Amino acid sequence: MSNLLAFPIVIPFFCAALNILVKNGIFRRVLAVVGTAATLAVSIALLTAVEASGVVVLNAGGWAAPFGIVLVADRLTALMVAISACVGFCSAIFSLGDVGSAANRAGFYTFFHILLGGVYGAFLSGDLFNIFVWFEVMLVSSFVLISSGGSKAQIGGGMKYVTLNFISSGLFLTGIGLLYGKAGTLNLADLALKLASPADRETMLPAAMLIFTAFGIKAGLFPLYSWLPASYHNPLPTVSAVFAGLLTKVGVYALIRIFTLVFPLEGTRMADLLLILSLLTMLFGVFGAATQMDARRILSFHIISQIGYMTAGLAMGGLGGLLSSIFYTIHHIAVKTNLFFVAGILEHTSGSGVIGRIGGYWKTRPLFSFLFIVPAFSLAGLPPLSGFWAKLLVLKSALSLGFAVTAVIALFVGVYTLFSMIKIWNEAFLKAPPTGDHPTRRIPLVFFIPVMLLATLTLFFSLIPQGLLSFAEAAAAQLINPTEYINAVLFLSR
Amino acid sequence: MEIWTVLLIGVLFGVSFYFLLSRNLVRVLLGLLLFGQGVNLLIFTSAGLTTGHAPILDGSGNTPQPVADPLPQALILTAIVIGLGMIGFSLALFRKAREQAGAVDLDQLKED
Repeated sequence: MSNLLAFPIVIPFFCAALNILVKNGIFRRVLAVVGTAATLAVSIALLTAVEASGVVVLNAGGWAAPFGIVLVADRLTALMVAISACVGFCSAIFSLGDVGSAANRAGFYTFFHILLGGVYGAFLSGDLFNIFVWFEVMLVSSFVLISSGGSKAQIGGGMKYVTLNFISSGLFLTGIGLLYGKAGTLNLADLALKLASPADRETMLPAAMLIFTAFGIKAGLFPLYSWLPASYHNPLPTVSAVFAGLLTKVGVYALIRIFTLVFPLEGTRMADLLLILSLLTMLFGVFGAATQMDARRILSFHIISQIGYMTAGLAMGGLGGLLSSIFYTIHHIAVKTNLFFVAGILEHTSGSGVIGRIGGYWKTRPLFSFLFIVPAFSLAGLPPLSGFWAKLLVLKSALSLGFAVTAVIALFVGVYTLFSMIKIWNEAFLKAPPTGDHPTRRIPLVFFIPVMLLATLTLFFSLIPQGLLSFAEAAAAQLINPTEYINAVLFLSR
Repeated sequence: MEIWTVLLIGVLFGVSFYFLLSRNLVRVLLGLLLFGQGVNLLIFTSAGLTTGHAPILDGSGNTPQPVADPLPQALILTAIVIGLGMIGFSLALFRKAREQAGAVDLDQLKED
């Protein structure tokens, strides 16, 4: 059963290899959908396996931990892999209409598969250096995807993205080097045992801060988020949807993993630091969005502000804090990807993403407009949508733990997000188009299906949140008491 | 010997950060390159320097003399390969940027 863990990594890389071997464009498109569907099926199997047995471990290469590389899936990992596989599948469908034959010939799908494989690898890996390698796999393919096309704006955005992520990887590697020098191991579970006493962790504070900064850059935390809005609105809509859904969340996941297992935040000054940065991230994200008029740029800034909620949950800690962080991340991935799909459809059907120049969708495309409302109002946190439950969880833990300022800022940012979403709604959907002719271009089915699927998922999280809530609560419990994880990796898997 | 490698790491980091603050793309690239080298040297040093010992056991499987830790060497090897790929890609991207903007200045790559 533990071999299941290898498939989310093997399938994308197998598809990428086939993409290089077979030049047929239609084959590549079919393979993208089939491959991502297969990964989705595997990830659901993984979800049930983890539900049954708690933590699943695979010793890659037959070497037992801590000497070999381990793949580990606890509940959080399984949940992240599953929601990412949903995003991968929906993006593959969306790409059928979005990715032209030139981009297809240039090898779009090769990098698409490798990117997804890197994301799953980063989730599943139980070894710090291996996580670094998966980050690089993910980054190199995202470098190619973000700067392909070669317009001036794309190159300029790509440069900022490449440089800052390069620096972040270097800081991460520096932290790894220091950590290895002290602890002599890079296996996460083994590190947790070796650094079990607070005094030991205190001596490793420089390494912890370097890793924190590196993941902070990748997650888009204040003040190191500027690469994100500079680059996310330029590439193909499929690419920015995948990036928006997954890449920053890999940073958030890594923060949650390292700072619950290896360096628990509970009661340290780093928790205060993270909380302050989270609040500033929330505020600067929404303020940045307020001045923008391009749909994808507005949404990019909102990624940043939402990241603040996720890390605020981690910083507040406790079962409630971690639960809110996990729930928020899962809800956000589905919603944000969907909003970028909608923005992509706006650009495809009216030729511009600048919301001042388009309009009239409510009149001619009511179903599509409704499909925008679901993720948009969910992002803003209107009841009964999933964003409301996510924000409620953050507020609840903030109030119960006495973080009054956090609660106030979380509420304020929620209102401000609503303002941004209403701005897009008024400009792009409600007002008459400035040119006079309503958008009448048919929206192809391949655009409709992924938006519909993700909207359904959001509605499912909204109307029946108990399923996700109880699973996320069990995941948070596993994070708070990592004994199960450590035992499964170091002792039971031999 | 540690003190010399540590000083060298400091110099590499210092020079690379100075270069990274520049708006000239070639300097940024050099900064990234030196940063990677500094980090590799840091891993090597922090894992402990041993002089004149191979990172392998002798035939009998026990260790009569001190052995060099092979893991940091493997880590650095991986990091060098990844760094090569990253620098290669950045070089291509920066060259493309120069073709687009006709200059190697970040300011000229702003959107119009």
